[in-house]
Amino acid sequence: MPEPANLIDREIHPVRDRVLLGAVWAAAMLVAGAFVWLLADLLWHGAGRLDWSFLSTAPRNSGRAGGIWPIVVSTVLIVAVAIVVAAPLGLATAVLLSEFTRRGGTTERAIGLSLDVLAGVPSIVFGLFGNAFFSVWLGLGFSILSGGLTLACMVLPILIRTAETGLRMVPDDWRLGAAALGLSRTTALHQILIPVATPVLLAGLMLGIGRAMAETAALVFTSGYVDRMPSSLFDSGRAISVHIYDLTMNVAGGDRSAYASALVLIALLVLVNGAAIWLSDRTLQRKIATR
Amino acid sequence: MMSAVDDKPTPSREGASSAFTLGPLVAGPPCCTPQTHISIKSVTLSYGRIPAIRDVSLDIYKGCITALIGPSGCGKTSLLSCLNRLTDLIPGCHVEGRIAIDGQDITTPDLDVQRLRRRVGMIFQKPSPFPLSIWRNLEMPLREHGVTRRDELEFRIEKALADVGLWAEVKDRLGSAALTLSGGQQQRLCIARALTLEPSTLLMDEPCSALDPLSSAVVEDLIQSLKGQYTVVIVTHNLAQARRIANYAAFFWVKERAGTLVEFDQCRTLFDQPRHELTAAYVKGLQG
Ligand SMILES: Nc1ncnc2c1ncn2[C@@H]1O[C@H](COP(=O)(O)OP(=O)(O)OP(=O)(O)O)[C@@H](O)[C@H]1O
Ligand SMILES: [Mg+2]
Repeated sequence: MPEPANLIDREIHPVRDRVLLGAVWAAAMLVAGAFVWLLADLLWHGAGRLDWSFLSTAPRNSGRAGGIWPIVVSTVLIVAVAIVVAAPLGLATAVLLSEFTRRGGTTERAIGLSLDVLAGVPSIVFGLFGNAFFSVWLGLGFSILSGGLTLACMVLPILIRTAETGLRMVPDDWRLGAAALGLSRTTALHQILIPVATPVLLAGLMLGIGRAMAETAALVFTSGYVDRMPSSLFDSGRAISVHIYDLTMNVAGGDRSAYASALVLIALLVLVNGAAIWLSDRTLQRKIATR
Repeated sequence: MMSAVDDKPTPSREGASSAFTLGPLVAGPPCCTPQTHISIKSVTLSYGRIPAIRDVSLDIYKGCITALIGPSGCGKTSLLSCLNRLTDLIPGCHVEGRIAIDGQDITTPDLDVQRLRRRVGMIFQKPSPFPLSIWRNLEMPLREHGVTRRDELEFRIEKALADVGLWAEVKDRLGSAALTLSGGQQQRLCIARALTLEPSTLLMDEPCSALDPLSSAVVEDLIQSLKGQYTVVIVTHNLAQARRIANYAAFFWVKERAGTLVEFDQCRTLFDQPRHELTAAYVKGLQG
């Protein structure tokens, strides 16, 4: 009897393996299908409303008419504040955890535990905290600044954990090699470890931005829902997700605007992702040259 | 007689003045008047509570190649990393005893470790060039140690690359990634990187064992050419290699779960007329 050409085919058990194969494919299709459905639904309801004037004008009649330009600006500002504050803090903490504390030591465990608890806190709680602390206690009121700072607290655990993982993935050979050449920890970090970890750091940043951009509950009590164009960081500003929430819950006839706004939100996320990938490719080529 | 060394070559054994090396190799002049460069006195190293090497005393001579041999786990790497205080990086690692380089105690806590590591370079088993360009690999340590003038950087880098025989191979591609070099070239780059800092001592931990025989031979020749200029301490499992290149050899063995020095002598003597039966058995390949 000649050998079957394809080893994989021969290896597949007629019943058991086929059931498994079917199950994993079905699961994958289900996930992909849910996303496609969602996107199709958004496009179906929202695409008609989406045009240049929607992007470039202010909302009128509670958002039923007009566009979302001030809201896009507010969203970008809030997320920018959050990332500008959280990214350096996150990186610094990650460096402390991965480079200067012993794995499984008391410091590492204590910080790690508080991060994991923080990551599990519902965003509405962050909203209440941000309102009490930034808006009232620090007197920032309902402003883009207090919204951004609240989001910074919220994304910090994600940023720290991913950055820590990224730094830990860098092989110890380079740490030892750097130390053996008499390089300081600072030089090693700045010249070798962080550049090598950049793709993971950027991926973490992306997760953080995604989470921040899609946030609603934490912002209602901090950055507020004024839909005018903000003139400074101390003005209140409405984020896209808050806008969508408001249109669907409080504005009769706002559905089409809500769908279109959701499309804009997804487009923004895709844009940021693309930028991150491009940036990470570029740093890979320019700074570190692996293989 | 575990740690002390016969300072005068014993004529009865070899009858020749070039008794420090083997075979066709002629010992360089610096090795004929042994002058202590690194003095290791009663060093005990433990990881946590468990000692990895116990009570090792040994003199390393200036300008000579000293080979550390012995079975796996007898603490050769651990001993090497005491000499440039790389042990500081290992949590729970703890060194007792006295180590002096050029008479200066290097075990004191307030020592400038960065300066020490500049004087005592280290080469690892796995070539570990940084994921940067060839040029940056060499430039970065120099800048860290205060060399910033362009002409001096260029001079030192070219000299180091020429010393390891890499200049001709890479001079047209200094900007390309160091990790695109072959394994042997990478190891020579690492040696060049250590040499740019003008160290007095080089510690090498099995520098050839990750290389193919041809690259290994090239690196071995390179190590030989360092003799006289640098004090070299090399760990190797390749006994033939130790015989070929070393002036002195130290044989370690695990006793009571910790590595100890069994015998230290001129390389040729240690291989041909070992005083200890463990050494005799090991170099004959009967044990370990
Ligand atoms: N970081 C560490 N933590 C705990 N124990 C260690 C550590 N490094 C080495 N050891 C232990 O110390 C002993 C000596 O190890 P070392 O690496 O110095 O041996 P070696 O002679 O270099 O061996 P090899 O020839 O395999 O490289 C071994 O028993 C090892 O298990
Ligand atoms: Mg070793």
